Amino acid sequence: MALVTGIPAPLTPVGAARLLVLRNFIVYKSAWKLFLTGFLEPVLYLFSIGVGVGQLIDSFEFHGEQVPYAAFVAPAMLATSAFNGALLDSTFNVFFKLKYEKLYDQVLATPLSTGDIARGEITWGLLRGSVYSAAFLLVMLAMGLVDSWWAVLALPATVLIAFAFSAVCMALTTWMKSWQDFDKITLAQMPLFLFSATFFPVEAFGDGVLRWVVEASPLYRGVVLCRELTTGVVTWGSGVSVVYLVVMGVVGLLVVRRRLDALLLT
Amino acid sequence: MISARGLRKSFGDFEAVKGIDVEVLRGEAFGFLGPNGAGKSSTMRMIASVSPVTSGELRILGMDPATDGPAIRGRLGVCPQEDTLDNELNVFDNLYIYGRYFGIDRATCRERARELLEFAQITDKAKAKVEDLSGGMKRRLTIARSLINNPDVLLLDEPTTGLDPQARHVLWDQLFRLKQAGVTLVITTHYMDEAEQLCDRLVVMDKGLIAAEGSPRELIDAHSTREVAELRFGVGEHEALAAKVEDLGDRVEVLPDRLLVYSDRGEEVVTAVLERGLQPIATLVRRSTLEDVFLRLTGRSLAD
Repeated sequence: MALVTGIPAPLTPVGAARLLVLRNFIVYKSAWKLFLTGFLEPVLYLFSIGVGVGQLIDSFEFHGEQVPYAAFVAPAMLATSAFNGALLDSTFNVFFKLKYEKLYDQVLATPLSTGDIARGEITWGLLRGSVYSAAFLLVMLAMGLVDSWWAVLALPATVLIAFAFSAVCMALTTWMKSWQDFDKITLAQMPLFLFSATFFPVEAFGDGVLRWVVEASPLYRGVVLCRELTTGVVTWGSGVSVVYLVVMGVVGLLVVRRRLDALLLT
Repeated sequence: MISARGLRKSFGDFEAVKGIDVEVLRGEAFGFLGPNGAGKSSTMRMIASVSPVTSGELRILGMDPATDGPAIRGRLGVCPQEDTLDNELNVFDNLYIYGRYFGIDRATCRERARELLEFAQITDKAKAKVEDLSGGMKRRLTIARSLINNPDVLLLDEPTTGLDPQARHVLWDQLFRLKQAGVTLVITTHYMDEAEQLCDRLVVMDKGLIAAEGSPRELIDAHSTREVAELRFGVGEHEALAAKVEDLGDRVEVLPDRLLVYSDRGEEVVTAVLERGLQPIATLVRRSTLEDVFLRLTGRSLAD
């Protein structure tokens, strides 16, 4: 056995979070096919609804601009791909690692802290969502569904969406007791996907409470932000969406950390 | 290396550790002995700096776990009771990434991982999945992993529970080597032979308190006689017969399956028992062990 090689320098918060990302990357290197499914879903929706159903629909107005239906649906699917990617890892996989793998117990025997775990896992969810979105953006570009140079900012926007959902979903997952509880995630995921002005404009909800609920819901903020960027009609509302998603992510991150403290450092 | 004063740990209303004083010295093998629920694992988790101290003082390598947790953990090796290996990674990557968690650079991690595979005698399994390893191999991998950072103190919680005798001996041999290399070992166990084999000094814990402290030899000298006569009678007869042999030794212990008569001259006890016309199914005279110390101190067998 080698002699003591000296004590390594303490890890920085970024360096520490990177290590969990590295761990997940090694796991997925041999399971890259699992990566594909989450990307394909929004693409299939884009072709079937956006392009297919879109042939039956005339273009309509979005923030005073005429937008073809496919170009209306595409940014919503862009936001959805970030949402899907973030959700996959921060729910099922985190639950598995927390309850069955006891991965975080292993990690906490090292100099890493619960804060490092929270940052690392959320960053991983964020990356997965962002990779899906980047690929989707290329599909949109290839299909001529991008109308403005503002679309360059759609990528950071999807990173933000992935961050917000990754953090909040991981936080919610810390309260899950069994696999049955994940029905609730599916129960929330479907309506969010269908009714966040993804396939029809928010005006369809009328002027009542329902519309307010939709406008205040997280995926709607993401969808409308992406749509404003890819169609090039940026408004004050875009700023509101950005702030909304940043706050959501930061709150989620803080909650995850506190929950991991309560669950693991007993 | 480790010092605790009036150390306590509560979970709600339940007090798992009720105020213990412990001093572990550099280079020694120190044991926590006790039945399940004695507070051993709670104490170990506090030492591992993952469980906040409820009250009392705890210093590990001169540092306070409440404020220097990461720095302490950086110099500890932890081998938990269950093998918490990363099942999604192969054997080599388990060691590699664990080393990276300590902030050790890539090249050193790779080199250390290769050395430790050899140490654990699983070099040929480097690319295998963790779940394909045998129980003994998993245990050795867990111990190997806990050594990746060249720890000053190695914490072993029930290191050989669930292993077959051969695997246990391999493991004991490896722990001896580590001790010789200067690593301080802190071991919890409920196996007597393990404690006698491995520990220079140990404490017997019971119901959250320390019942006795010393080297295995000292404890046996202080709390038991030189020899023990074991008498096995028919099922259910032991309780009733205890009174008839009580005066033959310093003390009699009634176990479900046998009587233990404590005396410095065991053979004479057996002869006297036979002279009284009692007919045990089997008799055995042996030297006192830590198990006897434990019976004396806690009134129960360690097996439960």
